[in-house]
Amino acid sequence: MGHDSLDATATRLRRDILKMLYLCQSGHPGGSLSCVEILEGLYYRTMRVDPARPAWEDRDRLVLSKGHACPALYAVLADLGFFPREDLWRLRQVDSHLQGHPDMTKTPGVDVNTGSLGQGLSVAVGLALAAKHKRKDYRVYAVVGDGEVQEGMIWEAAMAASHYKLDNLVVLLDHNGLQIDGPNEEVMGLGDIVAKFSAFGFDCEEVDGHDAEAVAAAAGRRAEGRPRFIRCRTVKGKGVSFMEGAAGWHGKPMNAQEYETAMKELGGGQDV
Amino acid sequence: MSEAKSLRVAYGEALVELGAANERVVVLDADLAHATMTSLFQAKYPDRFYNFGLAEANMMCAAAGFAHSGLLPFASTFALFGTGRAYEQIRNSVAYVNANVKFGLSHSGLSVGEDGGSHQSVEDIALMRVVPNMTIFVPCDPVETRKAVFAAAEIDGPVYIRVARPVVETITAPDTPFVPGRIVLLREGSDVCILATGLMVKEALKASDALAREGIRAAVADVHTIKPFDSEFVLAAAEKYGRLLTVEEHSVIGGLGSAVAETLAGASAAKFRRLGIRDKFGYSGKPADLFEAFGLTPGHIASECKALVG
Ligand SMILES: Cc1ncc(C[n+]2csc(CCOP(=O)(O)OP(=O)(O)O)c2C)c(N)n1
Ligand SMILES: [Mg+2]
Repeated sequence: MGHDSLDATATRLRRDILKMLYLCQSGHPGGSLSCVEILEGLYYRTMRVDPARPAWEDRDRLVLSKGHACPALYAVLADLGFFPREDLWRLRQVDSHLQGHPDMTKTPGVDVNTGSLGQGLSVAVGLALAAKHKRKDYRVYAVVGDGEVQEGMIWEAAMAASHYKLDNLVVLLDHNGLQIDGPNEEVMGLGDIVAKFSAFGFDCEEVDGHDAEAVAAAAGRRAEGRPRFIRCRTVKGKGVSFMEGAAGWHGKPMNAQEYETAMKELGGGQDV
Repeated sequence: MSEAKSLRVAYGEALVELGAANERVVVLDADLAHATMTSLFQAKYPDRFYNFGLAEANMMCAAAGFAHSGLLPFASTFALFGTGRAYEQIRNSVAYVNANVKFGLSHSGLSVGEDGGSHQSVEDIALMRVVPNMTIFVPCDPVETRKAVFAAAEIDGPVYIRVARPVVETITAPDTPFVPGRIVLLREGSDVCILATGLMVKEALKASDALAREGIRAAVADVHTIKPFDSEFVLAAAEKYGRLLTVEEHSVIGGLGSAVAETLAGASAAKFRRLGIRDKFGYSGKPADLFEAFGLTPGHIASECKALVG
């Protein structure tokens, strides 16, 4: 950790994500690749965590509310030493602790189960409220998808976060513009999403979601008495030319040829 | 036997066919049209297709609104998010008023596989079975899936069609009867009767083949309708075979096994066993690995039959 630049780390994480997904021939490449720098900025710069003590009470919490992107989270957790990197290659296998969607009862470092979209942010609200209740100063970061924010629960959570003045909660939107059935604006338009969170009482900011330092800086800021919302502008499938901006790569397995091409674009060699 | 096809493709194709015959059919989805295969209907009839985005609860209540306006809505998403997330919407806005809404919910059961326990609905039949006015179809192959869609359109009231994800071979024929609420005997036997539903029908036939080689004659019945339940057939089978086994890709609580247990209780002394998921959540793995781990293979079915016969 911290021994190379964030750019080099991001490339390494992307390679691990692709290898994991190629080996299990299922899972979600597009949304995993779009949130690499968001998770990187949080875990390598902003958050207070200790890989040796995954259950440390005072740690900051990360809720990957868009749980299908967990290959990105697993790559980060392995890189930080929460569990051996070799475990990654057993993703989604019948005897693996790495489930298709994050499982706090199986994987060290996973704070909250997600996968059923919309629920994670509400759990994050509960974690943040509990921190206030227990007079703890840890912070809670929730990463949500732009399709995910169509769920009504997101807005119930947003209202509660503001009502309870959760200034220890940061919501990061992976705004890649795509969901399964196509662009957000064709499936169910989000409108001005920043204005919406702002109207719900959030302190809002926008960043380049592929600039890990910018994400980290934005996530580190606090607004007294208000939850924070960061719109991270991202590209779905980021880093692999044929996946970038392609809704079809939401949840499609790569064939051998595609895998080889993708790995080449990320520095060559297949490492299988 | 004949063509192998994913049941969700069969579902999507049936909607297209039904849509051609009936202009009142509208199809709703929640950002899973490319997974539930309602995308086939969308491509053919874009002005009768409505995507609600990731908003299952909203979609179910909106479906009730379409039904109240004389239309025939089919709403689709994954089985867990439809019957689970939107349970109370189905219960109150749809079933309570017997609204004419159909739910074709895909990716049911353990056979979702790698996505893991968060996506494997092992309780959806139970959830829908306790709701009054609900009809539940669990088709076993592509041909039966098509029949279920057309039968649902004829019923006045809510119908849940449980659509599994895997590609399955066709085991019934176009002229195999599909009468809602009537169990179909696919294979005659004499020693034991296997009552199977959905993907387990094919596994039961394989088990019956294996048992035949050992001299045990196992009848196989296809329970395509879980509600209303064909207790007449079950009581007659209890009388005739004296030994019954249920097999389902669902919890043994609240599904087919429960329906048979409720039928037999106090009415029959037949020997009876249930195969299904024993009050556990699933986890990630290939469907075949999971069927092995949860005891839902032809081998497991055959040993249960032997335990009943022996
Ligand atoms: C409640 C619920 N409904 C549906 C799904 C199926 N699903 C998985 S990912 C996805 C699209 C998510 O889009 P988005 O939030 O934009 O994610 P990203 O683009 O970051 O991958 C859907 C519909 C789900 N996991 N949970
Ligand atoms: Mg998206």
